[in-house]
Amino acid sequence: MNVQSKKPITAAEQSLLDRYAERRKERQGNASLTALRDGLVHEFDQTGLPGRRIETWHYTDLRTLLKFVPEGFSPETGASAKPLLSDAIVLSARVGGQDSAMPEGMAVSSFNELLTSANATDLLESKRPDDFIGRVNSIFVDGGSVIDVSKGVKLEKPVELQNAASGGHLHTRMSVNIGDGAEGTFIERQIATDTADSFVSSITDLTVGKSAVVTWIISQERGDTDTHLGQINIRLGEDARLMLFIANAGGHLVRQEVHVTADGENSDFALRGVNLLGGDSHTDITMEYDHLVANCVSTETIRNVVFDRARGVFQGQIRVAQIAQKTDAKMACNTLLLSDEGEFFSKPELEIFADDVQCGHGATVADIDENHLFYLKARGISDSKARAMLVNAFISEIVEDLENEDLVEAFEQRFSEWLTRHA
Amino acid sequence: MLEIKNLHARIAEDGTEIIRGLDLTVKAGEVAAIMGPNGSGKSTLSYVLTGREDYEVTEGDILYNGESILEMDVSERAASGIFLAFQYPVEIPGVATMQFLKVAMNEQRKARGEDELSTPDFIRKVKEAAAELKIDMDMLKRPLNVGFSGGEKKRAEILQMALLEPNLCILDETDSGLDIDALKIVADGVNALRSPDRAIVVITHYQRLLDYIVPDSVHVLYKGRVIESGQKELALELEKNGYANIIEKAA
Ligand SMILES: Nc1ncnc2c1ncn2[C@@H]1O[C@H](COP(=O)(O)OP(=O)(O)OP(=O)(O)O)[C@@H](O)[C@H]1O
Ligand SMILES: [Mg+2]
Repeated sequence: MNVQSKKPITAAEQSLLDRYAERRKERQGNASLTALRDGLVHEFDQTGLPGRRIETWHYTDLRTLLKFVPEGFSPETGASAKPLLSDAIVLSARVGGQDSAMPEGMAVSSFNELLTSANATDLLESKRPDDFIGRVNSIFVDGGSVIDVSKGVKLEKPVELQNAASGGHLHTRMSVNIGDGAEGTFIERQIATDTADSFVSSITDLTVGKSAVVTWIISQERGDTDTHLGQINIRLGEDARLMLFIANAGGHLVRQEVHVTADGENSDFALRGVNLLGGDSHTDITMEYDHLVANCVSTETIRNVVFDRARGVFQGQIRVAQIAQKTDAKMACNTLLLSDEGEFFSKPELEIFADDVQCGHGATVADIDENHLFYLKARGISDSKARAMLVNAFISEIVEDLENEDLVEAFEQRFSEWLTRHA
Repeated sequence: MLEIKNLHARIAEDGTEIIRGLDLTVKAGEVAAIMGPNGSGKSTLSYVLTGREDYEVTEGDILYNGESILEMDVSERAASGIFLAFQYPVEIPGVATMQFLKVAMNEQRKARGEDELSTPDFIRKVKEAAAELKIDMDMLKRPLNVGFSGGEKKRAEILQMALLEPNLCILDETDSGLDIDALKIVADGVNALRSPDRAIVVITHYQRLLDYIVPDSVHVLYKGRVIESGQKELALELEKNGYANIIEKAA
């Protein structure tokens, strides 16, 4: 007999089980949905939170890092925050309802409606064995939006999707389909509207159609004590272009997963990430990119600034299938480590089965360059101001890749505010 | 304006003494040339004067306008009017040149209790100074010194000097890397800053620069000390005979 000694249950695990039991009584969904959720919870009861023995969670060991989970659920507050860009169309990611007038060719509906439909379980089926975020979201999800941009539609204004947490649980799902040849800029604002502790899972399923051009931004601005588990699942069509910009400047325990599948030739994917890390926070960006077809280009650049006792993780895995010839993939992770007690782990992985490809990766960790600092100070700039200028310089190279003046300005301002608070 | 008395300085990291009992006085209005063989300590002296933390002063003093500056840090010294045109200006990616110039000018004004420059005033000043030095404004749209040619970097240093209007200017081999025309332009820029209340220290290897910026005094640095001082004729003599005679005489 194979007896596996079960690890003692952690407070966070118990809290999640209790919360589900509570929810199950209140919530009426269809029977198959409940059965699916029961199954996931049963499985969770057996396996618990992912810990260091699971490879993809090795550096973000939730068994030790997730100390507790707040009780209760975050009430719906609507899209009430000031948008990052003043001309944005603002939506609540949780409701999916249309607050403001929708531009022609863009339809928005509620994810919850989709959940009541007969094939709801397909939506929540988990794809990967180590997909904790997917599972916890499937168990608890109670809001989201479904966005559809029709073929060839070019959205003039940026669309801001606000996912506001105000304490307690918040589990949101967004399903976004960008039609062939369509264009648009979307900003996923992961914000806190209250200082009460939040526990958030937020999943975005994004399909970028043939020849579509999309800028997708995830601005994670949670509170200092919040847990944020984010995931974006991307499918890239033929000739599609996607710039994914991730700005982590908030939260206590953060993981943002990026799963990309290129299933049409000639797509172009750019990931740009800025992690501003301070206090006792732990922040993880984990990317996984499957090149399944030929001639696709991808570049990933992550810049991290680490203060205090903060810890950061970047895992980037690029898999190039045998038929994916002429793949061009470049990955870089650069860290400015401004504290002896801070840490950053970078784990790039290339798995290449094709022979005619160009793939590379590099990682650097450095302190502020003393020669640069001396030069600025020798011009009369004070030490603290000179340091701030050099930190800004380090991240501004990434921000400029957004190639949109309004966005660049908005993020430069947001980052410099964060830096003023932490430096 | 500048009095260096029996200065001893060493590399902080390993304790190697580079400046070994150096004496030098430069009066307001004076242009002093410092010459000396490679490795004699000229650049090190410029760093010690500007307060670079890689060097420790172990003995002696530096008086600027009669007061010791040893306790002042780099930015305080700069704000008080000490300027170094670097032998090797560093490239700083991500810092826009114009923004850097504006911050530097305003930080110095703030330190002196003056108002910040308005943006139009700032741009006008930069345009004027750049035109004098034949610097293309497009170059200033780039990140600080990034991709500038050797000569462009030196010109950019003099542009900064002209904008910051320091009292004590130290030019470390500003002539190296400049073509013949640029040398003339830069020299004119330096000469324009000559004034009775400003002192200029010119570190150079060649008489060529001193034909344009005619010095009031010439000093020879060797193994961290001034071993000979004289007038502009001393530079001509060095050009002709090299350092051997003087080094022998001092030994
Ligand atoms: N930080 C340092 N670490 C190690 N050695 C140093 C350092 N700074 C200066 N030195 C040494 O001190 C000596 C003087 O150097 P310095 O750069 O001041 O010479 P210099 O007179 O400016 O020479 P050059 O004419 O070639 O510019 C050299 O031998 C140099 O290698
Ligand atoms: Mg030198």
